[in-house]
Amino acid sequence: MFRDVRTVFSREFAPVLREPLSLIFAMGQPLLFLFLFGSILSGTPGLGDGGPAWQWFVPGILVMMCLSGPMMAGYSLLVELLGGSMERMLVTPLNRTAMLVGRTLKEFVILLAQAVLIIVLAVPLGFRPHLAGALAGLVVLVVFGTGLGALSFLLAIRSQPSGQLFWTLTQMVLYPLMLLSGMMLPVEYGPAWLRVIAAFNPVSHIVDAERALFAGRFGEISVLYGGVAALAIAVVGLWLGTRAMRRGV
Amino acid sequence: MIDTRGLTRHFRMGGQTVPAVAGIDLHIEPGELVALLGPNGAGKTTLLRMLTTLLPPTSGSATVAGCDIRTDPSGVRARIGYVGQRNSAGENFRVRDELVTQGRAYGMGVAAARERADEVLGQLELDQFALRKPGTLSGGQRRRVDIAMGLVHRPALLFLDEPSTGLDPQSRANIWEHILRLRRELGMTLVLTTHYLEEADRMAERVVVVDHGRVIADGTAERLKSELTGDHITVTTSTEADAAVARGVAERFSGEVEVDGTTVRLRVSPATRVLPEYLRTLEAAGVSAVSADVSQPTLDDVFLALTGRSLRDEQAA
Repeated sequence: MFRDVRTVFSREFAPVLREPLSLIFAMGQPLLFLFLFGSILSGTPGLGDGGPAWQWFVPGILVMMCLSGPMMAGYSLLVELLGGSMERMLVTPLNRTAMLVGRTLKEFVILLAQAVLIIVLAVPLGFRPHLAGALAGLVVLVVFGTGLGALSFLLAIRSQPSGQLFWTLTQMVLYPLMLLSGMMLPVEYGPAWLRVIAAFNPVSHIVDAERALFAGRFGEISVLYGGVAALAIAVVGLWLGTRAMRRGV
Repeated sequence: MIDTRGLTRHFRMGGQTVPAVAGIDLHIEPGELVALLGPNGAGKTTLLRMLTTLLPPTSGSATVAGCDIRTDPSGVRARIGYVGQRNSAGENFRVRDELVTQGRAYGMGVAAARERADEVLGQLELDQFALRKPGTLSGGQRRRVDIAMGLVHRPALLFLDEPSTGLDPQSRANIWEHILRLRRELGMTLVLTTHYLEEADRMAERVVVVDHGRVIADGTAERLKSELTGDHITVTTSTEADAAVARGVAERFSGEVEVDGTTVRLRVSPATRVLPEYLRTLEAAGVSAVSADVSQPTLDDVFLALTGRSLRDEQAA
């Protein structure tokens, strides 16, 4: 099992090692938002608790990256399912759970690297993360991302043979989740109904938790909510994902 | 090598149960080269997917390479190779990397897997494409990569699902050259599906005709052809009276003679040998043939004789 996880992980990771720059291209959207949108926001007063806008904005960007990256992981699996490469691996003695775990592990590593890169790039702009808080924030982030990745694998498996379901659902889910999480603009400015929806959006709790953690406010209740939301998504995602994989693709 | 008993697979489609494979009993000895022939939707691929553990059977059982597909699928997987209908190498990966992964998947160490990857690359004349991604290769080259993938762990039994479909005639011939050579060198058992009649006819030592999820004929192409249709000689004479004489002569050679106007048609085997003698005998009886023709059956004629449908028409439809 461990061996097989390693086999799958090294297969998935090899293209990244061969073309490390692809990692940065894959981050195009969050980087664009960081530099362009962030620079506009940085002059806007009254974001978050009145501190520098970067403190408020960068955690949001990290969560945004965390949404789109793992979704693309599902896309890469979908391509392999529709082509023949997944089928070929299913005929080998490779452990089926290892196929999912190995892939998820790769997403985990990539996400971590990208998150660290965003933080490092944001520091010269004026972002001042609390060190221990940032580490805790990264943990919540990758737990969330891992769960999302597994869910997106599950969706890819269920979308066969046309793949249509995958596109429809990711587009329909991804953007509302993003817009209603307050990751780019504060939900507090929105009407009451929108705030109610946002309260039920697990992503907004994770965004709040990230903001609190990166500022070093460990005691905030949002940290608990966000952590629980991330963990729940990870547990459900991995459980459903491995189950789907074992049952046969 | 393969032994199936009542192997069956149903699919549910729009609330209805459709039998894709309806009770197949098949026995394949080590070293055989067997082609599963049939129209699209006949159940060939479903049968193959069950034998390769990709799909559990609805009922029935099968032993593949000594392991039961239900109770020991990983045993089957470790012993067989599989070249699917679609391309095996992932688009994002270099050809050699994929071959190494494949070796690792079968339990080889990194060094052994690398060595083996280079070996199969050489065997399929792919050395120069080792560092390329599959997307940059031609259809024939990609297919060779797929076959290389199936050979990494030196399986004793290799399944090929439509190995040459979609390739131009030259690449098809090339793929076949490789398949047959590797089989000679490695002594593998080969089970393949095809809907190219000529391929099944020329390459396979045994043809299993599948239709509506059942085996409707099984034997060498020669035997199927001679038993189910046979050779025919067609001779035309100048008058119907001559045709009547020709019929009388023909009945000495064959039990199946038809006359239509001035055309006489008789079933004989082998037609090419009988024809000169038949013409001499006609001459001696005072009848000279205006034209003479020999027709040897194809597997399509066999399929037509078995089902009343032409395989070619099915494919065109």
